[in-house]
Amino acid sequence: MKGKDWTPICRVDEIPVLGARRVARERGMDVAVFRNGEDQVFALLDRCPHQGGPLSQGIVFGTSVACPLHNWTIGLEDGQARSPDAGCTQRFACRVQDGQVLLDPVELATLALEEQPPKAGPCR
Amino acid sequence: MKKMKLVMVGNGMAGMRTIEELLKIRPELYDIAVFGAEPHPNYNRILLSPVLAGEQTLDEIVLNSWDWYEQNHIRLHAGRKVVQIDRVRRIVRAGDGTEEEYDRLLLCTGSNPFLLPVPGKDLQGVIAYRDIADTHAMIEAARKYRTAVVIGGGLLGLEAANGLMKRGMDVSVVHVMPWLMERQLDDAAGRLLQKSLEERGLKFLLGAHTQELVGGDDGRVKAIRFKDGSQIDADLVVMAVGIRPSTELAEKAGIHCQRGIVVHDTMQTVTDARIYSVGECAAHRGIAYGLVAPLFEQAKVAANHLAQFGIGRYSGSLTSTKLKVTGIDLFSAGDFMGGEGTEEIVMSDPHASVYKKLVIRDDRLVGACLYGDTVDGSWYFKLLREGRRIADIRDKLMFGESNLGDAGHQGQDKAACMGDGDEVCGCNGVTKGTICKAIKEKGLFTLDEVRRHTKASASCGSCTGLVEQILMSTAGGDYSAAPKKKALCGCTEHSHQEVRDAIRNNRLLTIADTMRLLEWRTPNGCASCRPALNYYLISTWPKEAKDDPQSRAINERSHANIQKDGSYSVIPRMWGGETTASELRRIADVVDKYRIPTVKLTGGQRIDLLGVKKEDLPQVWQDLGLPSGHAYAKALRTVKTCVGSEWCRFGTQDSTQMGKDLERALWRMYAPHKVKLAVSGCPRNCAESGIKDVGVIGVDSGWEIHVGGNGGIKTEAGQFLCKVKTRQEVLEYSGAFLQLYREEGWYLERTVHYLRRVGLAYVKTKIVDDSAGRKALWERLQFALDGEPDPWFEHDKAALDSRQFTRLHAEEGQTA
Repeated sequence: MKGKDWTPICRVDEIPVLGARRVARERGMDVAVFRNGEDQVFALLDRCPHQGGPLSQGIVFGTSVACPLHNWTIGLEDGQARSPDAGCTQRFACRVQDGQVLLDPVELATLALEEQPPKAGPCR
Repeated sequence: MKKMKLVMVGNGMAGMRTIEELLKIRPELYDIAVFGAEPHPNYNRILLSPVLAGEQTLDEIVLNSWDWYEQNHIRLHAGRKVVQIDRVRRIVRAGDGTEEEYDRLLLCTGSNPFLLPVPGKDLQGVIAYRDIADTHAMIEAARKYRTAVVIGGGLLGLEAANGLMKRGMDVSVVHVMPWLMERQLDDAAGRLLQKSLEERGLKFLLGAHTQELVGGDDGRVKAIRFKDGSQIDADLVVMAVGIRPSTELAEKAGIHCQRGIVVHDTMQTVTDARIYSVGECAAHRGIAYGLVAPLFEQAKVAANHLAQFGIGRYSGSLTSTKLKVTGIDLFSAGDFMGGEGTEEIVMSDPHASVYKKLVIRDDRLVGACLYGDTVDGSWYFKLLREGRRIADIRDKLMFGESNLGDAGHQGQDKAACMGDGDEVCGCNGVTKGTICKAIKEKGLFTLDEVRRHTKASASCGSCTGLVEQILMSTAGGDYSAAPKKKALCGCTEHSHQEVRDAIRNNRLLTIADTMRLLEWRTPNGCASCRPALNYYLISTWPKEAKDDPQSRAINERSHANIQKDGSYSVIPRMWGGETTASELRRIADVVDKYRIPTVKLTGGQRIDLLGVKKEDLPQVWQDLGLPSGHAYAKALRTVKTCVGSEWCRFGTQDSTQMGKDLERALWRMYAPHKVKLAVSGCPRNCAESGIKDVGVIGVDSGWEIHVGGNGGIKTEAGQFLCKVKTRQEVLEYSGAFLQLYREEGWYLERTVHYLRRVGLAYVKTKIVDDSAGRKALWERLQFALDGEPDPWFEHDKAALDSRQFTRLHAEEGQTA
């Protein structure tokens, strides 16, 4: 990974095992960082390809997360919805160094900025 | 190698189905471009009627989303109408100049509504009923105007009329024939249909010839005049008098058209073998079909040939009809009018609005017309298509398929007696065998899953009931046939019951131990089994097994109810539905302070604060100073009460106090599913105790207890458990029943389903007959609940991970 700068986000143990945290960005929707049962860490846009549910709030298992809104299962490694559903959510490069979770600042500043959060309520 | 180019003109159901079928078998063969005149992705045109009637939304009827096209690398030119096909250079050109080259061309231009050539047909407020724009125009008109006239008493006309009426308009249907839907119904059934539509508020003018549409000064239609000189008012006129295949484009390109674009059995046009046509625009053996089932059959054949497999021929379809007006059942197929050389078997019960006619020729069923009871429609349709001789079953034919065979088949429903090859979903050509196979192999147990996997009941939805029956008989009560049980989820072969037993018998205390002992196939389960395991552990071993928040669904993990936009709703507990001025003031202050957009009363007599940001939740709870309502949990929700004897002049018991006592005794109680209670102070039952998991009704001499009621998907009246004398007994019996359910129920099984599984008699022996057992149950529940934390205030004790309420920030300017 030479030539690439990485931004520290948090320590791995600041993410619950089989859980997630939300990372705010200057522009665009949050990024969700997930930690699975084997302490692997993944990062996806916090938005289900189905109806925009916040994936960070889902149940994490294996290398997947179940969306909290309608239970679509999204792969943490590739952002792809598991069959029979189809769809894909933006993936972010993510790595762990000395227990520190790192994201790519260029990706944070440039990827999926156009994605909008779902709307609800009377002002919709 | 360069891919061949496939261009489709017409982004509708038949064409897109062809593309889908093609992608299924040869996804890599073509570079695909699609032109659609409407500015929408492909949607389910059949469901425009439910949209018009306000029963569905436009979003719900989209079949292929914009994303779908992108993911399948299909260039969609939506809102671009193709105006020219250059067959020599093999190019199609849209009105805006967009061009696509093709190696294969698929013409799916569909049909155009036929407009009566009467004076005034171009006035404002005169529309056809064909697409989303028409539907919008009607919905808009229903907002502004009062009177609507629908010309045409056929399928489409009646659906339009019904929808406009549901939108509040005063609707008359004008029909030139002597009875409604004359192409699908005989006169007797047509009149029954008319009667029941009249009862709903529609008006009819039959045998009426439209002469002219009369306009007002504003250029908008204001009346419709008939040949006999009479006229009626109309602010909106919908013409639904038929459709014509849309062949203009094909004709301009020199493709032979006669009542449609003429195609062979391979769906290739007779003129140009590179050009295919399916759908309402295609004329196959002289027939252009207007119903969805034949079009999907055509799509399959066309896709097969486009994929260069070269097998499969379309040889025409027999069609059947159903009307999509909620609450009206009618079915017809084949030659239902009868006539010379035919015999008819007729059953008519005008009082019950049931009418059935079967038409027989040469010992074969050739037509059927059913009104009011259409359960056997698909069976008759099958007999009709098979052309089977019916002499041996003729005496029972009228009474339906379930009356064939031995008399002893009690409880056997329609789904059970269908053969595997029998068609269930006519729209998508799905057989019972296909559905059963998918249910078994993929472990499906909801209607939605079956829809997603098989497409059965995914188009018009009229076979939904049948699919559900198949689901029930396949996935559910298969006990007698083989002792094959249903696995908890795909991670294990063990059933809910086996998992519960293993946890109890082996004194298992953690999810990890349970998975290890039962040889789970996955490292840490899935979103189905982990919440179930967590519940089984903490309900079996209270105060020993530790709650695992990461195995709880989000609502129970964050103690609020997630909404569609990712915000949360907060519902504080109001004991027995009573509140005070100071509580209301605090609520109002919280609403102001945290700018909560919606405040709504719930059905359970509480106040719902909707749209709270996750970051604000702990502070909102703190400021409210009210206990958690658990309105998000598989737990005790509310105890709904009526005013009772404290105030009500009819009240015989103090139901409010009883409700408060029950709620204080039972709150914080997790259960296999949500639990709702109600207490009414007299048999007038204002608290709706009859549809609650436990419903208590005060009578003069004590309290009646009903259990297993449910007001959800399917309304279920509770069953009478017993009558008790004292308030203490109400607590003990109700609590004991709920503890029995907590100990024996399967995760996500409501009390009604638990009761159905174990039987009311069993519950009575445990709760009513065995007083020592009842007391023990009640004590176990009190032990389990004693000292349970309020998750809104005792965060540590409730194992609430407060990190979830804060967002992380990338450390600006810092790199590692």
